[in-house]
Amino acid sequence: MIEVNAVYVLVAREFKKFIRERSRLISTIARPLIWLFLVGGGMSKLVSPGMGLMGVSYIQFIFPGILGMTILFSAIFSSISIIWDKEFGLMKEILVAPVSRFSIVAGKALSGTIVSVIQAVIILALFPFLGIRIGATGIIETILVCTLLSFCIASLGIVIATFYDNFESFSVIMNFIVMPMFFLSGAMYPVKMLPQILKLVARLNPLTYGIDALKHTVFEGAGIFDFSLVTDVCVLLATSVVFVGVAGTLFERKK
Amino acid sequence: MVHFYMPVPIIKVQNLIKKYGNLTAVSDISFEVEQGTIFGFLGPNGAGKTTTIGILCTLLAPTSGSASIFGHDCARESSEVRKSIGIVFQDTTLDKDLTARENLVFHAYLYDVKKSERDRRINEALTFVGLYDRGDDLVKKFSGGMKRRLEVARGLIHRPKVLFLDEPTLGLDPQTRANLWDFIVELPRRHNVTIFMTTHYMDEAEVCDRIAIIDRGKIITIGTPEELKKTIGGDVIYVKTSDNRRAKSEIEKLFRVEVSEQDGELFLTSLKGDACIPEIIRALGDSVLSVRLQRPTLNDVFLKMTGREMRSEDVSSGDTLKAEVRTYRRHHDRS
Repeated sequence: MIEVNAVYVLVAREFKKFIRERSRLISTIARPLIWLFLVGGGMSKLVSPGMGLMGVSYIQFIFPGILGMTILFSAIFSSISIIWDKEFGLMKEILVAPVSRFSIVAGKALSGTIVSVIQAVIILALFPFLGIRIGATGIIETILVCTLLSFCIASLGIVIATFYDNFESFSVIMNFIVMPMFFLSGAMYPVKMLPQILKLVARLNPLTYGIDALKHTVFEGAGIFDFSLVTDVCVLLATSVVFVGVAGTLFERKK
Repeated sequence: MVHFYMPVPIIKVQNLIKKYGNLTAVSDISFEVEQGTIFGFLGPNGAGKTTTIGILCTLLAPTSGSASIFGHDCARESSEVRKSIGIVFQDTTLDKDLTARENLVFHAYLYDVKKSERDRRINEALTFVGLYDRGDDLVKKFSGGMKRRLEVARGLIHRPKVLFLDEPTLGLDPQTRANLWDFIVELPRRHNVTIFMTTHYMDEAEVCDRIAIIDRGKIITIGTPEELKKTIGGDVIYVKTSDNRRAKSEIEKLFRVEVSEQDGELFLTSLKGDACIPEIIRALGDSVLSVRLQRPTLNDVFLKMTGREMRSEDVSSGDTLKAEVRTYRRHHDRS
């Protein structure tokens, strides 16, 4: 059962804190910008548009990947704030309330989704400066994919957060989960080019499908995709359901 | 027709056991708490107080035995139990990045307090704990005492039937502690709640209507503070006179008790020390130089029951146990 009041207040709290903490917004926006212009700009000279990128420049090629990165970091961060809440006690206040565990998971996942989509939209607004053309439908589709991907990653973040109860685990999550997910997602280079084993890992990474879907919506029909858009969306939907289910079940456990 | 006053037990705990691996945190305890009273769980750190609260407020599952609140089983009917309880945990559970008012709003939504009631209850609660003027300040600017008061206010927003206070005065300075107690003893009358509190301060437990002394996971004794103190023989009266020899025999004749002498002072124990004093003065007249009465403390009770002082090294062994339980939880939570 889902309690709307609880979901609402969890989202409202996150949103209020998001708006209040300017430094958090600035740093999460700064990271993708640095990658886009410093890494992307630098690599553009090394990677010629002929190298499997189907006529798009490297900085254009990584644009969907940078959107994915923005979502990956902000959604995971938002969910991992659960660990923060466990460490500083607020989670207990939430857990003793007459609220189902699925409402807590839904509230947290939606919080992460909203916060991530806002940041992704800010980055998306850069597309004209990169020489990319996206039509109105493309923009709407892109935002929809961003929303779905954000929800999926935020739910994954909750599953991860249920396994940790102190903040020392933070760097473990960053180094062993978030960074590999980013590099093995097709964000910086086409999945096709990866060695066989890594290609397999990339296929198990939900972010791969999210970024692939973003490539579809950003470069309508440029032919640099690994899967069909339908496949991407179905995988994202299915994994979201699984993550929410797992997170809810893990939350329900009593010690 | 004769009506008997039947006290209503609101909390019932029967043969409750909680084990962490080989470690028994709560070892077969049973007790009842009557509606509208203050019930105290008194014991050193690591005695099993917080674990018991954890089970009662549905966060921990008991290994065996049962606990119920208002007839709802804490393990099976969590949702019903959660609606009727409020909790102030040992460590603060406020969101420091929100204002006092926002913390209360958050709570009101979580407990689905009606829109028409919300603002009124929040204002009332802030006024009640004397934080109305600070309502829009971020909680991180609050002192320890203010935070604790805000947490009590928050715990009452949804009008719980039972309020749990886990070491409510831990880490507060004596002045703040005293203020907080004045405020807590008012709660049952003003808010019609039953209070279940834990403490390891002996003097604080005296405000309770009934006390259970718990040590190493077992309840050693339960009773009113008066009853518990009586078990150690009552008050001690110290008398100083100009002629102690004559006074000693007079008093012994008067009360038929043994009177001892120490450092030029006579002393005797009596269940009703305060009533004995006038009689002593009447019998001895002008020869009385001073009379003083010493009431037994709960610390004396604990000492008598366990053979140990509650503070000193016992606390540290309790802390060790607590640390062990925490480590165990960390390691086994995931399995």
